[in-house]
Amino acid sequence: MNKVYSDARSALAGVLKDGMTIMSGGFGLCGIPESLILAIRDSGVTGLTIISNNAGVDGIGLGVLLETKQIKKMISSYVGENKLFAQQFLSGELELEFNPQGTLAERIRAGGAGIPAFFTKTGVGTLIAEGKEVRAFNGEDYVMETGLVADVALVHAWKGDTEGNLVYRKTARNFNPMMATAGKVTVAQVENLVQPGEIDPDHIITPGIFVQRIVHVPDAAKHIEQRTTRKRNA
Amino acid sequence: MAWTREQMAARAAKELRDGFYVNLGIGIPTLVSNYIPAGMNVQLQSENGMMGMGPFPYEGEEDPDLINAGKQTITELPTTSYFSSADSFAMIRGGHIDLSILGAMQVAENGDLANWMIPGKMVKGMGGAMDLVAGVKKVVVVMDHIAKAKDGTVEKKLLHACNLPLTGARVVDLVITDLGVFAIDKHGAGGMTLIELAEGVSLDEIREKTEAGFAVAPGVAG
Repeated sequence: MNKVYSDARSALAGVLKDGMTIMSGGFGLCGIPESLILAIRDSGVTGLTIISNNAGVDGIGLGVLLETKQIKKMISSYVGENKLFAQQFLSGELELEFNPQGTLAERIRAGGAGIPAFFTKTGVGTLIAEGKEVRAFNGEDYVMETGLVADVALVHAWKGDTEGNLVYRKTARNFNPMMATAGKVTVAQVENLVQPGEIDPDHIITPGIFVQRIVHVPDAAKHIEQRTTRKRNA
Repeated sequence: MAWTREQMAARAAKELRDGFYVNLGIGIPTLVSNYIPAGMNVQLQSENGMMGMGPFPYEGEEDPDLINAGKQTITELPTTSYFSSADSFAMIRGGHIDLSILGAMQVAENGDLANWMIPGKMVKGMGGAMDLVAGVKKVVVVMDHIAKAKDGTVEKKLLHACNLPLTGARVVDLVITDLGVFAIDKHGAGGMTLIELAEGVSLDEIREKTEAGFAVAPGVAG
């Protein structure tokens, strides 16, 4: 079975439909599956629920799907970098569910691992716990959170082989490995596509069983949100 | 004279211990990294998936794949490791991080913390703050003692009870403001205690600017 597709559009062919739930990896603009997001824009699919830590920025990443109004609902932990997001949310066009970042990561991990719910102390006594079961373990209160899965998960990796085994680079790993496990169909865009055996099996982060489709993006654009530097001593 | 931002960061750095794994929030907490004593081994965690955070890169050496939780470009160290967001919050929620230093809008005398939303205003999200305060062994807040609005109105930030939505209930151990330092007995009934005054700040000034009830530790002179 061939998992490798020639471009992002064909990698998503046949799996997109209106109203579906899509996970999209990345933290800020770091490690986002940008080519696949652009292919979703071009597909015109709409009414999407997007699970992603952030919502991109205006004109980059998930920001482009806000411009085209293809997103109905976001499940995120922080959306502060996106003006269009605020505008659409305040006008009632866009639904939003905030999850604490660690709870979001664990909900995705649990979903991919077949765990329907778990208890965490994050958010106990706050708005986040309202309407949710709270149970005491060893004298301390924990709130129940449910696992998350998606119809399609989009991830970005630094290197992948044709079997779908993936390696990430530095902090571009973030949510990508969990999301890869939680998609009914997981599509990976990889900066470097190699043959099986070229990645040391001990170094593989996401085993290929979690990845159904791969597309090679050798010229993936990379963006820096906050360029911070220090001076060299003269 | 009240403490400056730098002096507040230097005071917060006194909570560091050799061998600590530490998460620093955005703003004044970030400055704490400038005051790690020479010879002390402290590893900084960034919740987007890195332990052992290095300084900002030299111009021209920025790497888009290497950022901190504030989305700033940074560098790695020989001790650096990278991991997923799930592993990152296993460190945080699982109690493996020794110290979290973060900012706040309000802190209550029982240790309640509010720092993520103001009802009626656009909410950006809590990011990792709720996980950090729930899971890290010791939580230190660094903030201005009072909030001054542009129109000159002043709001107190150390309160009997927070009136903003909470980030965490009974989570704060220590509050460092520009006027002094308060310890909070967040698990017991000991409440809040003033343990230090900034140089030149009087007990009367602190009392006037603090709604929360607090005891004064022996030796803290007004």
